[in-house]
Amino acid sequence: MQYLLLIYANESQWNTMTPDQGAKMMAEFGAFTQSIIDSKNYVGGNRLHDIAKATTVRVRDGKTLVTDGPFAETKEQLGGYYLIEAPDLDEATAIAARIPGARLGSIEVRPIVQMG
Amino acid sequence: MAEEERSLEQIYRDEWGRIVATLIRLLGSFDLAEEAAQQAFALALEQWPQQGIPANPRAWLISTARHKAIDALRRKQRWEDGNDPEKAMRDLAQPTAPASEEETLPFEDDRLRLIFTCCHPALNTEAQVALTLRTLCGLTTDQIAQAFLVPSATMGQRLVRAKQKIRDAGIPYRTPQLQDLPERLAAVLLVVYLVFNEGYNAAGEGRALSEEAIRLARILLELMPQEPEVRGLLALMLLNDSRRAARQTESGDRILLEDQDRSLWDQARIAEGLSLAESALRTGPGPYSVQAAIAAVHAHATNAAQTDWPQIVALYDVLLRMQPSPVVELNRAAAVAMSQGCEAGLLLLDQLAQRGELPNYHLLPAARADMLRRLSRWTPAAQAYRDALALATHEPDRRFLAKRLAELEAKAG
Repeated sequence: MQYLLLIYANESQWNTMTPDQGAKMMAEFGAFTQSIIDSKNYVGGNRLHDIAKATTVRVRDGKTLVTDGPFAETKEQLGGYYLIEAPDLDEATAIAARIPGARLGSIEVRPIVQMG
Repeated sequence: MAEEERSLEQIYRDEWGRIVATLIRLLGSFDLAEEAAQQAFALALEQWPQQGIPANPRAWLISTARHKAIDALRRKQRWEDGNDPEKAMRDLAQPTAPASEEETLPFEDDRLRLIFTCCHPALNTEAQVALTLRTLCGLTTDQIAQAFLVPSATMGQRLVRAKQKIRDAGIPYRTPQLQDLPERLAAVLLVVYLVFNEGYNAAGEGRALSEEAIRLARILLELMPQEPEVRGLLALMLLNDSRRAARQTESGDRILLEDQDRSLWDQARIAEGLSLAESALRTGPGPYSVQAAIAAVHAHATNAAQTDWPQIVALYDVLLRMQPSPVVELNRAAAVAMSQGCEAGLLLLDQLAQRGELPNYHLLPAARADMLRRLSRWTPAAQAYRDALALATHEPDRRFLAKRLAELEAKAG
């Protein structure tokens, strides 16, 4: 099965890290990513720019509305994701628990709908 | 005829969980497994009264359910979830189809896979409870709905959603890995204990849930004899349940432990509970075993005055170290009041209240009220009963508190 691991965290926590802390976190993410590439669980993944750079698009009555920022204010923001291949939910949550961001925020594990 | 119906009922209760558990492994689907098992039991109900119960009812039921499942698979136009229908049919045709080899504990029984899956942490507790009662215990959706006082449709939805989540989220059908076992077992035991307490606090039909929980714990003990907390939980439930006949009036009013007619206590349950509690404590005490030990001290006492209260306080100290909780502190305070006097108990309750613990829990003012009453401080005791009454929602609790309050108001004049 495929699972999307959505990495949520409070952005201000990220933004207030010292350069050393930030570099250490990035190195941990790098090592984690390499480990799931090696174990053949990795399908894809990216870090996202913070919500200040987000744009929301809606179409209502055929009109496109483009607005600044995310649709809803939340305490934790989506900061990145991995798409993984795992045999079952237990394996997927074990991988999610190893994401360095799990110690700061939370990881939402969403199974991908198999089409066709 | 009546005897055969009773036997079939017994066989249903004994075999349902085992048959469904095996069918889920073979079919990879809770729904298909339940359907096939249901059809097999329906056929038994039809045939056995005339033809007699077969020599090996379990083998008959499993083989019939297998055939029903094969029929169902053949009828199915499209196989979902990428499972291979041909393989499932081959597995079904082999009575000894082995479970896949996994790096798990050497648990043989499919019922263990089933209960760990039903109590998977990715399901919410309500869903865990409902699914366990439906699949492992064989209660119908209506029976579970009645026991939990929710509409049948709501309970049906809850079960459907839980099964959909197991399927779509890929919750595996297996016993947990060794390193996850303590946490996963704790979730299973919590479900069993919730079922027990639901029955213990209920009147009438709901009380069957306590029996169901004890039966579940017996199954768990048979499957995991090496786990002291399984033993401890079974001991705790047996000892609590031994007081069933003594703890309520005919009209459903509570009778406190100190006022109970102890000759009504079920001595067989007590004997079994005591022996289990002892062996649980010897092999590795956990919170359930310690609570069982506390219940055992009560069971040993011929009346409330002769209870070894210092021993109970000491056991609560042990429990608090294992599982810090304001509810345990409250119970400890009540035991302190009995062993060292109500002034000492009140001091502990004050500390709890000052820390802002249990703000909406009626048993905190109720405990205070009881201690003040024992000290003959009628007016503050009456006020504390009023506070408790304002928080209590359960009808028997409210009746008990109102009765006490009326007695005190008469005294306070």
